[in-house]
Amino acid sequence: MDDLSVRCVEHANIQFTLNGKDVNCLVPVRRNLVDFLRQDMGLTAAHVGCEVGVCGACNVRVDGAVVRGCLMLAVQVDGLSVETLEGLAESGEIAALQRAFVTRNAMQCGFCTPGMLMTANELLQARACPSRLEIRDAISGNYCRCTGYQAIVDAIEMAAGEDA
Amino acid sequence: MKASGFQYARPSSLAEACALLAEHGSDARILAGGQSMFATLNLRLSAPSLLIDINRIEELKGIVLAEDASHVRIGALVRHAETASSALVERHLPLLHMAMRHVAHPAVRNRGTTCGSLALADPSAEMPACAITLDALLVLQSRDGGVREVPAVDYFFGLYETARQDDEILIEALYPACQPQEVFGFDELARRHGDFAMVGVALRASHAQGIISDLRLTTFGTDPMPILSTAAAALAQGQAWSVALGEEIARAAVAELNPDHNHFGSPEVKRLQAAALIRRVLAATFGAPADSTIPYGASHG
Repeated sequence: MDDLSVRCVEHANIQFTLNGKDVNCLVPVRRNLVDFLRQDMGLTAAHVGCEVGVCGACNVRVDGAVVRGCLMLAVQVDGLSVETLEGLAESGEIAALQRAFVTRNAMQCGFCTPGMLMTANELLQARACPSRLEIRDAISGNYCRCTGYQAIVDAIEMAAGEDA
Repeated sequence: MKASGFQYARPSSLAEACALLAEHGSDARILAGGQSMFATLNLRLSAPSLLIDINRIEELKGIVLAEDASHVRIGALVRHAETASSALVERHLPLLHMAMRHVAHPAVRNRGTTCGSLALADPSAEMPACAITLDALLVLQSRDGGVREVPAVDYFFGLYETARQDDEILIEALYPACQPQEVFGFDELARRHGDFAMVGVALRASHAQGIISDLRLTTFGTDPMPILSTAAAALAQGQAWSVALGEEIARAAVAELNPDHNHFGSPEVKRLQAAALIRRVLAATFGAPADSTIPYGASHG
């Protein structure tokens, strides 16, 4: 691996785990994380929206914390663990949320849904039964341009009452 | 849009980071949380030739209470989320704890750093105003200049302008720990909770036997930098709380502002907003509990 501690590079080899699997590849350092996941790893659940950290469509989980995929570089996940919505869905971690989003019709165009699920899942891990105000507070960093917030809050509230 | 090309280095010690910065100067940027920087890079508002990623430098981590309990040290890699959930901060820096719920959104708090907000000096950000209100010391380090401490009141001096030199890294902030008789207040107006403030107010004072002293009242979001009110301190000194005193302080503090006209509104609107917010924070801090207003967003279903 490149010794990045003293060298300034334009490409770097990174090694990290992606949804539990080891990945080893060469990345241009200017490639942001969400572009890397979508274009190089073929994982398209995280969406590219505003690219300035406002909309939340690109949310992914890095070392257990949900972050903006557009405000982080791919090279920065070297040595870390990255989880996308594909990973969370496959493991069953967000099954209750997925059911609730369908039951409550909490998606219209679906563009914001992966980011919403990422955020909602982190909220429910921190607080088992959040109030509607807490839910709104938690998803305040996720835009739904269809403006279906009421149904999204309903779905998160519903999922909070269930086991995965 | 995508950021234009740059080089990247990931030093593993502060000495290495300082050496890289000394070598590249203003062409380089320090990358900590990157939550504001990547937005400006993606918009191509800035195009540094080198990013120096300090995220792996162990010595920049951690929230530590000094042995004599006089101050709390927040290292350059402490994320907003860590500051927000820290029991040390809640107990010894209640103002920071109060302000933190207004700082950005969860995913940005998970990555963005408390010191990064100080280093950037966005006029609408909460952390610079809190640092001024608490009289924090900002610690800068460079290869050639060593370590120096700058009081927050001398650190911010304009729109994104600070006392930090091109070869210096903001390595930590030192906040005086709160004293038993101290009280704090914080509130802001934002279009969406977590967005940058249109107007915000941070306050600390001593309040013993009903008498206010040493009031530090800072208004932010209106001017190119947070404004610490000297008039408010003079008016409040040795006084007991009353609604009339609150009116007087709000009027005097607003007279010290020089709001810009921007997309949030005209200077007149911002003065009205600032006055209302100052009255509200003063009443919530010094008045009876009934005076406190409904928390932001509480009316939403």
